[in-house]
Amino acid sequence: MQRIGPTRPEGVILAGQAPPALRVDDLRRSFYGVSVLQGISLSIAAGSITGLIGPNGAGKSTFFNVISGLLRPDQGRVSLGGRNVTGMSPDRLVGCGLVRTFQLARGFPKLSVFQHLMLYAPRQPGEHMLAAIFGSRQARAYEAEIAERAWSVARRLRLGHVLDNPITSLSGGQKQLVAIGRALMASPQIILLDEPMAGVNPTLGGQIADHLLALHEDGITICLIEHDMSLIKRLCDPVIVLAEGRTLMTGSFAEVVDDPRVQEAYLGTRH
Amino acid sequence: MLSYAIATLVSGGVYAILALSLNLAWGGAGMVNLGLGGFFAIGAYASAIATGAGAPFAAGLAIAVVAGVLAGLVVTFATLRLRDDYLAIVTLGFGEVIRLVALNERWLTNGADGLSGIRAPLKPELGLFGFNLFYLGLTTLAALVILLGLQRLDRSPYGRALRAVREDPELARFAGKNVLRFKFEAFALSAAIAGLAGALYAHFQSYVSPDLFAPLITIYIFLAVTAGGVGRPLGALVGGYAVMAFLEAARMAVGYLPGLEPVQLASVQGMLTGLALLLILRLRPQGMLPERIRPAPATP
Repeated sequence: MQRIGPTRPEGVILAGQAPPALRVDDLRRSFYGVSVLQGISLSIAAGSITGLIGPNGAGKSTFFNVISGLLRPDQGRVSLGGRNVTGMSPDRLVGCGLVRTFQLARGFPKLSVFQHLMLYAPRQPGEHMLAAIFGSRQARAYEAEIAERAWSVARRLRLGHVLDNPITSLSGGQKQLVAIGRALMASPQIILLDEPMAGVNPTLGGQIADHLLALHEDGITICLIEHDMSLIKRLCDPVIVLAEGRTLMTGSFAEVVDDPRVQEAYLGTRH
Repeated sequence: MLSYAIATLVSGGVYAILALSLNLAWGGAGMVNLGLGGFFAIGAYASAIATGAGAPFAAGLAIAVVAGVLAGLVVTFATLRLRDDYLAIVTLGFGEVIRLVALNERWLTNGADGLSGIRAPLKPELGLFGFNLFYLGLTTLAALVILLGLQRLDRSPYGRALRAVREDPELARFAGKNVLRFKFEAFALSAAIAGLAGALYAHFQSYVSPDLFAPLITIYIFLAVTAGGVGRPLGALVGGYAVMAFLEAARMAVGYLPGLEPVQLASVQGMLTGLALLLILRLRPQGMLPERIRPAPATP
């Protein structure tokens, strides 16, 4: 197949480039004999906003589910900052600095927005039973510290006015903002965002995009699945295209949209 | 009449402790435990047997707590990965297994005849009325100490994480929480509390038998937690006392019905209890003291 436009070899780090925040080699996963991931290899540079696109059924969400620990891979290796995290459970992956959001923003119905933010702070000593019952000074001090961080995150995301509300009372866009805020509270190295603009009105969508750019400037690595190509064009470099469970190509947005393989994957073959 | 009131309050205290236990597992961690009566029975028999063998009363209580924890660990290991409905079925079976073991293992439990003459602490020294008063104080103190401990747990980061586990275990894992650890600890502590309630009950009644631990007691405690407010320890405590008061009131009320045999009166009492549960679920499903969302602390 002819290659049009430069593409980057998967899993190869160029000299002078930052080491990958996430590297995936030959990741495979099937369901009842149907291969959904057929050997995906890619790497995501630290500090980048990487877009993950592809037609429906390409395996994008399954890919996120595998690398975030929801599903175990049949084969392959996932490395986070050089550490092998293949098959690790989601809670341990959060401890390693990988957090994710979901396409349909989820939450805990009886927790307020503020409690959602507090919940995601890592390594709270007050989450041990005896420390909680007998009142650990260390836990109280940490709780006060993360409360300040939660307020700071809420101000940054303009959620201050809904902090005491249950998550169920928020709009879809506000829930996505809370999901991003929760991820920030976990002090992540990399955030996986699964369609953060799904069901969000354009105004709030623009605000979310601005927040993502601000996080990028803070040095946080972001990988997002999105069908809104204007958002991918605005935010992402590089863009990785998945099709039929494989990595089709990696490149800039311009490179990707001009590639006939990508056009074929989205539109089908002209006969 | 005063002795009757005191005895009712002691039984109310035992129900309140059981309701606190169920509220931790069900209201806190979302684990439906239909085998609560089994843990209650284990505590009662463990303490009765231990004190019968010469252990002091305090040691009997401690043994009941340990026995409850051990039973809780066994059930937790067997059921941790089960979803709500399957967990409910397995725990219901566990409760029945314990009752049937108590019924059939005569060498240990004296079978259907039960264990009588269980040591009542300080009864010879205080006399019957003094003992009842002492035991009222002891049971009330135990209920209040457990309430305070569980309220601290509920308001702590642990309680926040436990609520997250209850609401959406999968999402809680993506918040970095070890869901199995939280469920494991909550269930084990809940079983320990139920075991303690069993020991307190056994030493007050001085008698235990398998029929005292039929599934109906678990239903009463579910009624107590539902009426009080699922997820709030104070609600469970209030619900426990309220259900005991309701059961006694219903028992007295049906006594005035003419022309009914005692068995029929007991059935009417059961019908009234079922009706009460239906009315609560219809009129105030959130309970008397519903779970609250606490406001964020003031801006730093």
